Amino acid sequence: MIDSKIPDGPLADKWNTYKAKAKLVNPANRKKLTIIVVGTGLAGSSCAASLAEQGYNIQSFCFQDSPRRAHSVAAQGGVNAVKNYKNDGDSVYRMFYDTIKGGDFRSREANVYRLAECSASLIDQSVAQGVPFAREYGGYLNNRSFGGVQVSRTFYARGQTGQQLLLGAYQSLLRQVNTGKVTMHTRHEMLELVLVDGKAKGIIARNLETGAIERHVADAVVLATGGYGKVYYLSTLAMGCNSSALWRAHKKGAYMAGVSWIQFHPTCLPQHGANQSKLTLMSESLRNDGRIWVPKKAGDDRLPNSIPEEERDYYLERKYPAFGNLAPRDISSRAAKERIDSGHGAGPMKNAVYLDFSDAIAAQGKKTIEAKYSNLFAMYEKINGIDAYKEPMLISPAAHFTMGGLWVDYELMTTIPGLFALGEANFADHGANRLGANSLLQACVDGYFIAPYTIPNYLSGELKATKISTDHPAFAEAENSVREQLNRFLQSKGTLSTDYFHKTIGRLLYEKCGLSRSKQNLEEAIVAIKTLKASFEKDLLITGDDTLNSELEKAGRVADYIELAELMCYDALQREESCGAHFREEYQSNEGEAVRNDADYCYVSAWEWKGLTNPPELHKEPLVFENVELAVRSYK
Amino acid sequence: MKSTTLKNKIIIAGTGLFLCFFLVIHLLGNLQLFLPEDQAREQFNWYSKLLSGNVFIKIISWVLYLSLISHALYAIIVTIKNNTASKQNYHYDKRNFASAWNSRNMGILGTILLLFLIIHFKDFWYVYKFTNLPIDAAGNKDLYEVVVQSYSQLWYVIIYEISFVALGFHLLHGFFSASRTLGLYHPKYVKAIKIFGWGYTLIITGGFMAIPLYIYLK
Amino acid sequence: MKLYLKIWRQLNATSKGEMVDYEIDGVTEHMSFLEMLDLLNESLIQLKERVIEFDHDCREGICGQCGVMINGRAHGPLKQTTTCQLHMRSFKDGDTIYIEPFRATAFPVVRDLKINRTSFDSIITAGGYIGASTGQAPEANSIPISYETVEASFDAAACIGCGACVATCKNSSAALFVGAKITHLALLPQGKIEASKRVLTMVDQMDKEGFGACSNTEACEVECPQGISVLSIAKMNYEYNKALIMKK
Repeated sequence: MIDSKIPDGPLADKWNTYKAKAKLVNPANRKKLTIIVVGTGLAGSSCAASLAEQGYNIQSFCFQDSPRRAHSVAAQGGVNAVKNYKNDGDSVYRMFYDTIKGGDFRSREANVYRLAECSASLIDQSVAQGVPFAREYGGYLNNRSFGGVQVSRTFYARGQTGQQLLLGAYQSLLRQVNTGKVTMHTRHEMLELVLVDGKAKGIIARNLETGAIERHVADAVVLATGGYGKVYYLSTLAMGCNSSALWRAHKKGAYMAGVSWIQFHPTCLPQHGANQSKLTLMSESLRNDGRIWVPKKAGDDRLPNSIPEEERDYYLERKYPAFGNLAPRDISSRAAKERIDSGHGAGPMKNAVYLDFSDAIAAQGKKTIEAKYSNLFAMYEKINGIDAYKEPMLISPAAHFTMGGLWVDYELMTTIPGLFALGEANFADHGANRLGANSLLQACVDGYFIAPYTIPNYLSGELKATKISTDHPAFAEAENSVREQLNRFLQSKGTLSTDYFHKTIGRLLYEKCGLSRSKQNLEEAIVAIKTLKASFEKDLLITGDDTLNSELEKAGRVADYIELAELMCYDALQREESCGAHFREEYQSNEGEAVRNDADYCYVSAWEWKGLTNPPELHKEPLVFENVELAVRSYK
Repeated sequence: MKSTTLKNKIIIAGTGLFLCFFLVIHLLGNLQLFLPEDQAREQFNWYSKLLSGNVFIKIISWVLYLSLISHALYAIIVTIKNNTASKQNYHYDKRNFASAWNSRNMGILGTILLLFLIIHFKDFWYVYKFTNLPIDAAGNKDLYEVVVQSYSQLWYVIIYEISFVALGFHLLHGFFSASRTLGLYHPKYVKAIKIFGWGYTLIITGGFMAIPLYIYLK
Repeated sequence: MKLYLKIWRQLNATSKGEMVDYEIDGVTEHMSFLEMLDLLNESLIQLKERVIEFDHDCREGICGQCGVMINGRAHGPLKQTTTCQLHMRSFKDGDTIYIEPFRATAFPVVRDLKINRTSFDSIITAGGYIGASTGQAPEANSIPISYETVEASFDAAACIGCGACVATCKNSSAALFVGAKITHLALLPQGKIEASKRVLTMVDQMDKEGFGACSNTEACEVECPQGISVLSIAKMNYEYNKALIMKK
């Protein structure tokens, strides 16, 4: 049994109890300790800055050319926090409950409560850093309602909330670079975790600019490397987002949990061709005024404006009259996929649904719609060349956020002592489905407010440990395995590029382990993945050398994706219920709604790596709900 | 403080604005040339004497020379820095699309003005200060005669007119650029300054251009 | 459509680069500019040649990592558009396209179209922040900030740090980038406390990194993907001059 180390006591007191009892490190000793932080997104930057402020030495790594590029930058909508500025009945408990329910009762009560509890401080922290959150004319902070909750608790900075929060964290990070407490390693990719006596003590990183393989030693390692939705190739993620840091830690013994729980965002731009690399996300706020429909007749080739009203199927309004076009993400996405699969898809590739603003424009006037969404309409026109004031937008669901990740305990430590996972890289807070505007929150809270307590608690025990240098045999061994893999890629004499394999695994996963899954599909997928893995070994073609080489970088990431994809399928196959983003076709009601099985599956699936040829081993962490009643999510 | 570039820019802006101010005074003085000939001769020569005799004016003129020299000198220093910052050229360059021609070529315009000033100083300032000129009825050196003689030659008028066009473009960008360098950032006043800058440039340039033409055509 | 590409190839910062000709067929108008480069790279791989290295990440115009000169203009022909958001419908069959890296002494070429923009980070490191450590913050609403102020601050804060301003500037000046950060922070009450020190250190660092001076040609605003106003440069100058005068 794995121990989640949740403190005893009433839910509301757990975090305070933990903080009161957590061990500290004497300021004079902090400068003797080094922490490696991989990733400079919200979680990584905030954690690195906070720990550096305390006096620890930080080695910070990112694969981009600057820490400010991390993909947190792309989050549009906002960040949730319990401030109750609107006086509309918000409270820590209510936010806790919304998040637990939104996650379809597959997350830990204690973690989620802590997330809600720390949320208010995050807004204070960000404002102090100079994040220009939207304000009312009186000068006080403004909120909006987001993602199907009944209170206004979302703080936002136009459609660039992620960017503004990240710049705040990035500036705090660089402030610590200035003090000398943080050493930045940009264009560096972590390729291996180094364990000494079972504890995380360093990493092997590759300097992407020169190709040099470097050893870095530390007293603890933090992975804040984001999500792996890019495994589907077509996703809302950045091209460089990858699972390699997580996966390599997993192969060294860290468990992965909730691996197949991937959120598909319902309002993205559809694929238009085989060479497409990215599905751009359009803010969900569009659903406040846009009506979603498809033609009633399958395979209807008419232009949208020439399809009369009575031949349109407003399927969300039809199926979910209470929430209509604002139904939660997983439900909207699945409904869209169902319509598309049944042949009602719109657009040149018949892979989209319409998001129609004509009624809203008629009712509110074009000016009002412009004031709300002009930047989004402009972006739509930029990408598709279509004026959405005149013609409905084409949208489709796309892989967006990974609820799953490295299994962590209450302290955000993985099953490897000294290895911590923060932000989207861990599995902890969102259960089987994430609520809108909770991802920025989780990343920030992990980095600013949780890790700064839990990591010192671990480090206090490491002070007396013997200091390790990079000459330790464990480093040599890790470096060798990295070099071996890189050489294998460079020497492969096949005919297919890394992108080919990435696109293939992505398509396979989307079809078999995407918005909906079935036993048969998943079993087929596992077989197909094994075949693809074999093909990757012999058919890969990499040009260039071992210096700067983007193809070589991609090869390592794709190799990890293929293995990860297999685990995703095992995870989805084993969980014989539908919950949140995980929809098993066998487990649905007569009306096509997800059916959860709390009796048999109310646990976290934590998977252990058992080697290349063996299936992974499942460990169960039971989820105990003492403060909420397990209810059926209904949006009818 | 170690930083230099922005300080150099402040010097260029400050001296530039002082020169702008001087141009107004200079033009006002020169407007006397539009008077009927006899009156103009007497007035203008008296005015010239006034400018060269007064201690207060003398101090101002030294400031003026210093401004001219430092304006040019610091412009050269900044240009060298700028050239070091952008050594490599684009093989295909359409960046010009994004900005006005004169704003990119203040150096060339400035060089034209410098050459002009050499001629201008030599023919009037030097002649007035260091040569023996005939005396007018009031007993002042007859600079008016020198002016009339000079502007009766077509080629000389052409050189002046070309230089004034360069001056116009230089002023148009220079005046507004200086206001920015000195930190005028409020949108409302920025607009006012832009309008004022246009007006100023048109009046100064138009005024200076009219004088040689008026005398030549008379 | 078929296109003729002339692309800058350079092995590393010290080697001499050159323009190399490529032909590419099968480009569709819906492709983004970077997808067109992906397609070209795919064909180079099949020819067993080294791919063209270019910077990119989010491909939705916000990370600021992409950015090349396209036909002599930073991020190509469209206004307020990053390279990744430029689509091939802006070109037509048979066009010749020149693709070069953003050039500036402070942005040395890493390889091909990849450049090193660490100089931007160094300027922020020198002082582009508010010195608020974690856990010190007062209640957020205890500092009311007017709607107009925060919107103006956001306008400047929207900078994505791509470097198009530097690339398009005849002097390779970073004034717009630095001005945007100065403006973002100096407008906010929280940022005013360190405003003098911030502007002096940042401008100093900007000089040290080897950027040129601002000639107020305003080209940067035209090419900025976020449309950041050149008035933020004036605001920087204002803050700088004020700091010089008030300095003890």
